[in-house]
Amino acid sequence: MSLHEPTTPAFKANARRALDDENLQLALRGGRNGFVSKRAAARDKLPEFDDLRDQARDIKNHVLANLDLYLEEYEKKVVESGGHVHWAETAEDARNIVLDICRKADAKIVNKGKTMISEECGINDFLADNGIKPVETDLGEYIIQLRGEVPSHIIAPAIHVTVDQVRADFRKAHTHLPEDRDLTELISLQREARGVLREKYFEAEVGITGANMLIAETGHSVIVTNEGNGDLSQSLPRVHIVMASLEKIVPTLDDASTILRVLARSATGQETAVYNTFSKGPRRAEDPDGPEEYHVILLDNGRSNMLGTEFEEMLRCIRCGACMNHCPVYQSVGGHAYGWVYPGPMGAVLTPSLIGVEQGGQLPNASTFCGRCAEVCPMRIPLPKMMRSWRAREFEKRLTPSAVRQGLGLWAWFAKRPWVYRRATAVGAAALRAMSGSKGRIASLPFAGGWTGQRDFPAPQGGTFMAQWKAGKR
Amino acid sequence: MPGPRVALFITCLVDMFRPSVGFATVKLLTDAGCDVEVPDAQTCCGQPAWNSGDTATARDIARQVIDAFEGYDHVVVPSGSCGATIAKDYSEMFDADDPWRARAAALGAKTHEITSFLTDVLGVMSVPVAAPVSVTYHDSCSGLRSLGVQAQPRALLGSVEGLELREMVENNVCCGFGGTFCVKYPDISNVMVGDKTRNIAATGADLVLAGDLGCLMNMAGKASREGRAFKARHVVEVLAGDLDTPAIGDPA
Repeated sequence: MSLHEPTTPAFKANARRALDDENLQLALRGGRNGFVSKRAAARDKLPEFDDLRDQARDIKNHVLANLDLYLEEYEKKVVESGGHVHWAETAEDARNIVLDICRKADAKIVNKGKTMISEECGINDFLADNGIKPVETDLGEYIIQLRGEVPSHIIAPAIHVTVDQVRADFRKAHTHLPEDRDLTELISLQREARGVLREKYFEAEVGITGANMLIAETGHSVIVTNEGNGDLSQSLPRVHIVMASLEKIVPTLDDASTILRVLARSATGQETAVYNTFSKGPRRAEDPDGPEEYHVILLDNGRSNMLGTEFEEMLRCIRCGACMNHCPVYQSVGGHAYGWVYPGPMGAVLTPSLIGVEQGGQLPNASTFCGRCAEVCPMRIPLPKMMRSWRAREFEKRLTPSAVRQGLGLWAWFAKRPWVYRRATAVGAAALRAMSGSKGRIASLPFAGGWTGQRDFPAPQGGTFMAQWKAGKR
Repeated sequence: MPGPRVALFITCLVDMFRPSVGFATVKLLTDAGCDVEVPDAQTCCGQPAWNSGDTATARDIARQVIDAFEGYDHVVVPSGSCGATIAKDYSEMFDADDPWRARAAALGAKTHEITSFLTDVLGVMSVPVAAPVSVTYHDSCSGLRSLGVQAQPRALLGSVEGLELREMVENNVCCGFGGTFCVKYPDISNVMVGDKTRNIAATGADLVLAGDLGCLMNMAGKASREGRAFKARHVVEVLAGDLDTPAIGDPA
């Protein structure tokens, strides 16, 4: 089975497993508030941050309303600069295009900068199955590749791994290095990864990167990284493939810089990422370096179906990860529990759009609607509102579990009949009060084991407010 | 001059589990000069249906609430969550050309969470009570993010003689109640509320206060199972000077 087969329907079991995984909990607890406090500090230092969020939102809304025009403009610019644009309607189309380019380049090794679109398309497994070795060059991606895992976060793919685990993984994988080397300090791990990866940059015939943005005005693709691995992945090999989904378009360089200003601050709390790299076309005669071929694969994979629906606003997402960094559910179970490529609140909205609500429907339900995600989203995407829209679609399609439907139906019958409701709540309050004895709380309640398994159920005080008010109590 | 006619939306949880929160709310409103009425035709705000995707039922209940409450000057709710459903969500339930949408919006505009009503609408900035306790305040999500309730309860608590407010870390992070979430995803809910009770306990405060009974029952239930020393109360109980009623989940 491919690593990318969705396990989203098993979210509850995945979550249970995640909560019992001591290493995972250690890793999640360790990083819990780093992103949160750094983002808050970055926001506080920039008084116009919220205005920039409005501008960024408006830019993407304008793009989505004119997507066809900007895509055509972008394609024209790429072609003018000597590059190639490939349209991929599905993930399978994208895989085949990648393989075709790699075969023509006679590639044995492909270097990869971090790209979630390649995860969405399952590129690594596919290349390996076809005799081509994919090498991840982002440190986090490299770590999880060694471990045979997929990313658990869209910008910090190995956030679920502890440092001790990385030490063990490196000792196991880097057998060419002395066994007694000292890996105590974090910097020694970084140096080791750097040394190993440096060699690999020169071996690959093809480099694959993602794109944070595609600029229609100029034909540039933009990547934002902190390690510089993306730059080496795309400039050293003979062929550079950019994999991007079609909503990554922005109209102008100015627009790109507006979005860059909110992106790094929202993601890591940096004013700007260490490397903001703009690439356009293959190497020109006067360029000192660069690839001989430049390809862009524009992936749809269900996104155009979101246009004009209540989920269109999700296409503003710039993949900063702020929503998952601030999500108490994500912080509790980590990204793998979500069971597909995109975790956290953005994944809870996007996943049902891309793989179907029948498969992905658990995710928009696994939210308390606390609203922290929407509060920090740099693109002001109303994530809880869209999760609710998925629940409404599920209810319409009768995908909501029958126990929930029946419970709701019964409750609604009473709630719509105040006089009957009044009597039922009086009986209910008295009965629960009696069950609690003199303790004021109930330790075990039939049909509510989910609650009383791990917490007590506070008992009602006795009569209802409405009855007491009616009886004249003030 | 008669005071404003205020309709109390009691909320299903306060009605059934903790009427004393309702009476404390009435006292605060009466002390502030309001003429408080409790419309008979109220049950629940409909949020369980709305958040479960059952829009038709949510709409039915919204119409019922609009009918019963639109005739008053203000609607006051001892809950940020139910308050936000009426104030913000009702108008979204109806299409733009549905006449109910305008009625929902009109009702929404005059619906307020209790501490926000006292401070923002009536300008009440202090309460004449003393409570020699240390408290920590949990910001319930909907009140905080949909209605902007954050400074209001703290301002009023600041006026209580002898009261010490000790903020916890992550005071604005969800307690894991989430309405039906706590029964649909009990394992995750339990971890979230466990984080919350740990943060509350770390302040050493006698009491955790909040503006929503659902969150409070969740936190109190976890704390009593864990044998924590702190107690839980609705913020209006302290503001109304009612520390005699047993705390949430305590023996009568």
